[in-house]
Amino acid sequence: MTEEIKNSNWKLRKGQIIAAKQMTASEKWFDIKLEDGDLDHEPGQFVQVELYGIGEAPISVCSSPTKRGSFELTVRAAGRLTKYMHGLGKGDWVGIRGPFGKPFPVKLMTGNDLLFVAGGLGIAPLRSLINYVMYNRREFGKTDILLGCKTPADMLFGDEIAGWQKRLDVNFSCTIDRSAPDWKGNVGLITSLIPGVSIIPEKTFAVVVGPPIMYKFVIAELLKKGLPERQIILSLERHMKCGMGKCGHCQIDHPKNYYCCKDGPTFTYEEVKEAKKL
Amino acid sequence: MNYHILKKDELDGFIKKLAGKMKVCAPVAKGHNNFAFEEVTSAGGIALSYIPTILPPKKYFMPPREKLLDFDISEGKPKDTASLEAGETAIFGVHTCDLAGIQCLNMVFSERPRDYNYLLRKEKVFIIGLECGGYCDEHASCALVGNHYPNGGYDLFFTDLGDRFIIHVNTQKGEELVESFCLAKAASADMIALDKVREGKKAVFKNEIGVEPGKLPEIFAKGMEKKVWHDIGERCVSCGNCTNVCPTCYCFDMADTINLDMKTGFRTRTWDSCQFETFAAVAGGENFREERAHRQRHRLYRKFKYPLDKFYRAFCTGCGRCTRACMAKINLKDTLKALAAESK
Repeated sequence: MTEEIKNSNWKLRKGQIIAAKQMTASEKWFDIKLEDGDLDHEPGQFVQVELYGIGEAPISVCSSPTKRGSFELTVRAAGRLTKYMHGLGKGDWVGIRGPFGKPFPVKLMTGNDLLFVAGGLGIAPLRSLINYVMYNRREFGKTDILLGCKTPADMLFGDEIAGWQKRLDVNFSCTIDRSAPDWKGNVGLITSLIPGVSIIPEKTFAVVVGPPIMYKFVIAELLKKGLPERQIILSLERHMKCGMGKCGHCQIDHPKNYYCCKDGPTFTYEEVKEAKKL
Repeated sequence: MNYHILKKDELDGFIKKLAGKMKVCAPVAKGHNNFAFEEVTSAGGIALSYIPTILPPKKYFMPPREKLLDFDISEGKPKDTASLEAGETAIFGVHTCDLAGIQCLNMVFSERPRDYNYLLRKEKVFIIGLECGGYCDEHASCALVGNHYPNGGYDLFFTDLGDRFIIHVNTQKGEELVESFCLAKAASADMIALDKVREGKKAVFKNEIGVEPGKLPEIFAKGMEKKVWHDIGERCVSCGNCTNVCPTCYCFDMADTINLDMKTGFRTRTWDSCQFETFAAVAGGENFREERAHRQRHRLYRKFKYPLDKFYRAFCTGCGRCTRACMAKINLKDTLKALAAESK
């Protein structure tokens, strides 16, 4: 006996790629328009991207919800699906589930100073929030953006970053891990930028997104500055397979039994400091 | 309270009549003291006395492989449909530990966002429980988790009273079935006999690990760094048997299959295991549970710690399957005892 499951949560929204661009050797950017309207996400959420016949992967939305009509993803060719996705371009269709996950706590951050710390591809999910803040700039206080990349060639959103550098209402600093011939900026790990930022700890929210290895060191620097644990916001990486808190893959080894897909991916440091790994 | 009686020599007629209405599955002997839930058409093949089946009845609620979507990509924009293939099924002879397992899964899949594949399947299953008079074997720990007595989760529940079964009717669906089969109401003598069976079990089932169940949450809360995890991690071969046979393990993976026409295909989910090396790995290369010790620890925390916080109940049913299926002879009761001893 076969019956249709009308309200199945596994059904996919249909999205068409309306623009795509190779950003670096390993990252490609996609602009996707859903046939059923806006994605209706909040900064920090992710979607499941289905390439029919290949499979599904969770990808952070890198555009702000203030951008209407389509949403953007920046995809690193890291696994089977993402490598295949790099072969897609304008006009191709994908399946989308979501948005999923707990967004950045934008409301709590309103009226406070902001310190964004992005390492590598961490700029992608963070960009959804940075652009949201830029759009609603007067709702927030002093805003600093710190970006760390391996080399200048790995820098994402170069054009946009040039714009941030020019703006007077945002302080932007960048560092690269390894020097390059034409590089005139900072060289060193992202942690080296933090001591130079002046903050008022009680009214500052730091939002940190980067590879797992980065968190420990960045958080230590932020705590040294006197930032309260609950004002350090992280976005953690796990393999969120179902996005609905069921499949088990993204569970964090933590006494509170967090599912990264439902309880996260954004957490305050206070919430996850007991985790075995960040 | 609604109780009915079925004479043992009428069981065959009962099963045959039931099989005329729907598919009937029951424990069947598979040799070497192994049993499996399989389709039956008469009582002849049913093993009324059996130790927990190789796979628990979760396979009827969440099949090992299940289709989630059919898709068609032949014309630019993809199309997909979600459909369910499931018929009315009765599962006969479910032990109280497995009833508890189904109740656990019901909680998980009813949580929002709901899993309609599971929930629609569940509606089609008619559950007939069977009381255990004694331990299945030395690996069971049902008394520890309080599953040696029935705690709901069935439509009908059979208890052996020697020459007859007394049947507890728990649902309207069960009531309708019993009425349509014209089963006699239980007499007060039957009720007394049932009480006697239940009373007798008190002397048989005792806490199997000598640790108060109420103390387990605290032992686990402080148990993350204990040596026992490394001890069992050293022996574990990451085969995933323990999770496959567990009545409350529900982790899954998903995969696409494309048909030979290269235009149509389907998406399935398959049972997965947190014991597999890549279970918590991400594409970037990080593995959040690389050590076997940590994966074993994770499995038991998902039985004795996390679900207590979330669902107010342990997700161990005491069935003992993980111990029986372990190739490295990792024993649940011994592990719990060792953890408790270390925590003293």
